[in-house]
Amino acid sequence: MTSENPISAAHVEVVVNEALSAIAAAADLAALKGIRASVLGEQSQIVALNGQLGKIAPEFKAEAGKIVGQARGQLTQAYTAKETELFAAEERAKLAAEAVDVTAAPMTARLGARHPLALLQETISDIFVGMGWEIAEGPEVENEWFNFDALNFDADHPARAMQDTFFVDPVESHLVLRTHTSPVQVRSMLEREVPIYVLCPGRVFRTDELDATHTPVFHQVEGLAIDKNLTMADLRGTLEHFARSMFGPEAQIRLRPSFFPFTEPSAELDVWHPGAKGGARWVEWGGCGMVNPNVLLAAGIDPEVYSGFAFGMGIERTLMFRNDVKDMHDMVEADVRFSEQFGLVL
Amino acid sequence: MRVPLNWLAEYVDLPGDATPDSVMAELVKVGLEEEGSHGFDVTGPVVVGKVLEFIPEEQSNGKTIRWCQVQVAPEGETAADGGEAVRGIVCGASNFEVGDKVVVCLPGSVLPGPFAIAARKTYGHVSDGMLASGRELGLSDDHGGILRLHELGLDPKVGSDAKELLHIDDQAAEINVTPDRGYCLSIRGVAREYSHATGAAFRDPAGNAEPQSTSGFELTVEDLAPIRDKAGCTRFVLRQITGLDSTRPTPPWMISRLKLAGMRSVSLIVDITNYVMLELGQPTHAYDFDKLQGGIQVRRAKKGETLKTLDGVVRKLDPEDLVIADDSGAIGLAGVMGGESTEVSDSTTTILIEAASFDPVTIARSARRHKLHSEASKRFERGVDHSMAKHAVARVVQLLEVHARGEAQWFGADYRGYQPQPTIWLPEEFSSQLVGVEYTPEEISQVLHDVGCVVAHVDGGFEVVPPTWRPDLKHKTDLVEEVARITGYHRIPTRLPIAPPGRGYTRAQQQRRKVANALAAAGVTEVLNYPFVTDAQLGWVAVAGLASTQAGAAGLPAAVKLANPLQGQAGSMRVSVLPALVEAAARNHSRGLTNLAIYEIGSVFHPAKNVTKTADLPVGNERPASAVLAALEATIPVQPKHVAALFLGDRNQQQVGTKSEAAGYEDAIQAARTIGLAVGADIQVRQASPKGFHPGRTAELFIQNADGQQVVGYAGELDPALAAENHLPRRVGALEINLVLLGALAPAVVQADAVYTQPAATQDVSLVVAQNIPAASLSAAIVEGSGALLEHIQLTDDYRGQGIPEGHKSLTFALRFRATDRTLTQAEASEAKAAGVALANERFGATIRG
Repeated sequence: MTSENPISAAHVEVVVNEALSAIAAAADLAALKGIRASVLGEQSQIVALNGQLGKIAPEFKAEAGKIVGQARGQLTQAYTAKETELFAAEERAKLAAEAVDVTAAPMTARLGARHPLALLQETISDIFVGMGWEIAEGPEVENEWFNFDALNFDADHPARAMQDTFFVDPVESHLVLRTHTSPVQVRSMLEREVPIYVLCPGRVFRTDELDATHTPVFHQVEGLAIDKNLTMADLRGTLEHFARSMFGPEAQIRLRPSFFPFTEPSAELDVWHPGAKGGARWVEWGGCGMVNPNVLLAAGIDPEVYSGFAFGMGIERTLMFRNDVKDMHDMVEADVRFSEQFGLVL
Repeated sequence: MRVPLNWLAEYVDLPGDATPDSVMAELVKVGLEEEGSHGFDVTGPVVVGKVLEFIPEEQSNGKTIRWCQVQVAPEGETAADGGEAVRGIVCGASNFEVGDKVVVCLPGSVLPGPFAIAARKTYGHVSDGMLASGRELGLSDDHGGILRLHELGLDPKVGSDAKELLHIDDQAAEINVTPDRGYCLSIRGVAREYSHATGAAFRDPAGNAEPQSTSGFELTVEDLAPIRDKAGCTRFVLRQITGLDSTRPTPPWMISRLKLAGMRSVSLIVDITNYVMLELGQPTHAYDFDKLQGGIQVRRAKKGETLKTLDGVVRKLDPEDLVIADDSGAIGLAGVMGGESTEVSDSTTTILIEAASFDPVTIARSARRHKLHSEASKRFERGVDHSMAKHAVARVVQLLEVHARGEAQWFGADYRGYQPQPTIWLPEEFSSQLVGVEYTPEEISQVLHDVGCVVAHVDGGFEVVPPTWRPDLKHKTDLVEEVARITGYHRIPTRLPIAPPGRGYTRAQQQRRKVANALAAAGVTEVLNYPFVTDAQLGWVAVAGLASTQAGAAGLPAAVKLANPLQGQAGSMRVSVLPALVEAAARNHSRGLTNLAIYEIGSVFHPAKNVTKTADLPVGNERPASAVLAALEATIPVQPKHVAALFLGDRNQQQVGTKSEAAGYEDAIQAARTIGLAVGADIQVRQASPKGFHPGRTAELFIQNADGQQVVGYAGELDPALAAENHLPRRVGALEINLVLLGALAPAVVQADAVYTQPAATQDVSLVVAQNIPAASLSAAIVEGSGALLEHIQLTDDYRGQGIPEGHKSLTFALRFRATDRTLTQAEASEAKAAGVALANERFGATIRG
């Protein structure tokens, strides 16, 4: 009982080292798979050793079994580790091969854009809707009564002459292309209950030839508030809030005496534009005033009980100084390059 | 209104260093907006010279020049430019003589242009300066020769400053006068406003000459056809002046002031009447008394009556025109322009001066009717102070006595037909209530007094009588404006009113914005176009979403036509948005922007039925009865908002790893789907061939609901002929939808279906059908036949050719089945599919592709 264990640790170690070298030498997954049979398969030495276990003396069995089992485990582990390593390397190589130039990514769909005049009207509308005002709209081809008479322009007012206003044929139909959005104010007063707080953005028309600063078709936004106890201070407060929402917290407004048939007292409105290109400055922005009592009467509102204020400004003009648009042609020629500068924001 | 500063300074204290800019900066505070400044732009050594001798020298070009020796400084002194007292100067004019005193521009002076004078070699001499004409100095249009000072009645010292002598060192401020401030079309009015702005002392120029009463001249004022119950003439003052020397020159200071105020010097008498008009705001007119026939009548024109006005034009008068007439007929168009027959001339010795007040509406209509907007009509249209008439006559008399040696007579007339000034009640608190500034009664009273009102402070308020020069002060709010502007708008505090809770945007407003944003996000760029179209364009495309278009002329849809379109602009309002968009596409295309996807949202216009004439408009200052309002409303065209889009060139240009894709009808239909998504409407398509579209590549867009089907628009391709006419490529995707109609048809609330999570079973099916069967119909049959288990269907292929019978096509659909309560087996899915195929077979003869 002194004979040696026929499966010696040394012998097993030689087998294991041979197999480990073969595993380590595998350059890629295919090579590794190629040697699997010779290091771990049925024909491998380690499996052969395992097969001999049954034939050796019982007193050696336990020890030999342990040695072979450990060796087999070691080889399996080494194989798996190598397999994982090679797989990762191959994945990396594959990803590297898939690399693209992201700066050359093709457009899968084109990008559109809004027209800034439309965006600006929406921006302004949002400010007033945020204050609880509503947005009122009306027809662009309008009856003269709404465009003139109800706004305290009498039949002989110069604005009613053919050189300022587009008339619809026949002239006796009393239809015009509205010259301002003020008829929407009249309609609001006729249709709504007091108190009224409405903003009227929209397209208007005057018989001006197109040049760098004029266009026969342009846009305005007007505001109207009718309530008890409204004063010019409310007008000023509203305009100041509006100006700051549009041009930043440093914006200020200034009123200068003026004249409009539909307001009394009337004022021109200047805005201190802190972000103006070339430096902050005062810019003429629009007109405003307290609603003329004749206008209230035209809508059946008692001027002894209610008062109101109104203001209006040009959208094109606002876009010109806010966004440094220098030529009216850019706004009316429908060149897509103009809209595309803006995308979905101003 | 242009205001020469030296003139203004006569009637209100100006600071010594006042400039047009500083004066305008003050005036803007009280509501007179600045327009700009004007001057003669003559600087440097411009002096009085005396012609000592000259030698005419004929030149090779046939012209004769004069080589002059001119004394430009007293003997023994140096000239203003530091040079010699006698200069050699070449002059091309020949209207002067030795001994004449003339204006010499020495080297270093600058004339308007700017034109710098220097010693220069010309015609073989060194010309050491220039002898100036009236035009070169900016004084007149006269370039017939140089200015001879004795002709202006001047005999100044040689070497003295000619700028000062001719008053061309003054400047003018130009202000914009709003229509309610007609009195500011005068030095008198502007001086008063300057006084309001600064507190500087005002001196009324009306006090320059004492008015005298006149009588004896036969004057009839009769208005048988007043306009809106207002008599045409409310004041008419006449006075005779005899013994005039009309040939005398207008004094240089007057020429300078007229010129700075923007008027030309004509002759002494005319210049004086213009001068007084500018000073007092009261137009005056001089008749050559010897040319008058009998007395004067102020009346409306007779039918067929004509008048040759001062500008030499024979005018056919309207019975609404107010005229000044004598026994020969009309001799002047009241308030607008005088007549040629009684015009003053150099030989006039006796004149009749007229100063009148006329009804603003009458004058405005006449000026407009005859397209004759004169300085006089400009003032009468805004209202002239009737109390100025006698002052203006007195001032004209005064100036004529001094400058034309005339003699005023008592002979004349004075008609007064004006109403007394109204009294306005201004409650004490009203100004503060409207402006939001706490004004004291003393402040209010003081301001109103300062602007010329007669103010009585009684219990609870003020009784205010406005001055005659302020016809705009009619209502208590007009007085409040005076209080607010004179005390300053800067005093108005800030308060933000609290609006009642608002309802936000209306559904239509939200829909429009969502459509606009969705299209932009889907790659379409918004543009805006004028809504004007030509007659031809009215007929370009079928009008979207309109059940029955009113027929207009020549088979075109009825349109709103403009009575006065701009030169070169189309004269009808559009009925579709697409024509303008086609033009916009062509413009972009011509600028090299060939891959385009553009859209516009805007109004189109359909005339109300049978509107040719509406009754007279209701008055403006009371609410019309509801029936009257409804009648007004009925005249107004229907103006729905449409959305239209065009797609041309490449949808996607060729890029790295991709091929270019050409745009076409698919883009238009996809845009329709996007719009449907944005408004929440399920837009369906069917084959159609509306006018202006490609007959085989266009869909009608419709909404199916409980009420049936409603067509809302078209999507497809433009008729290639229309595209070619507009220099566009053959394939142009085109879409137009009536957005108002579509929005109204969208369900107000989305009713949600449950989302089931049982596993799905997917299958494909290929069906062979005749080529004329629409895919949508086949798909609908499969859906209907398959029943509730079919969750989704997608057309994936349309194959024609080998293996498929002639005239047929094979359509492949991907189907997704799902049960709501269990895992579906493939067998169940196949059974459902078979049912779908069976219905497709029954309806369209579809067979499964073998």
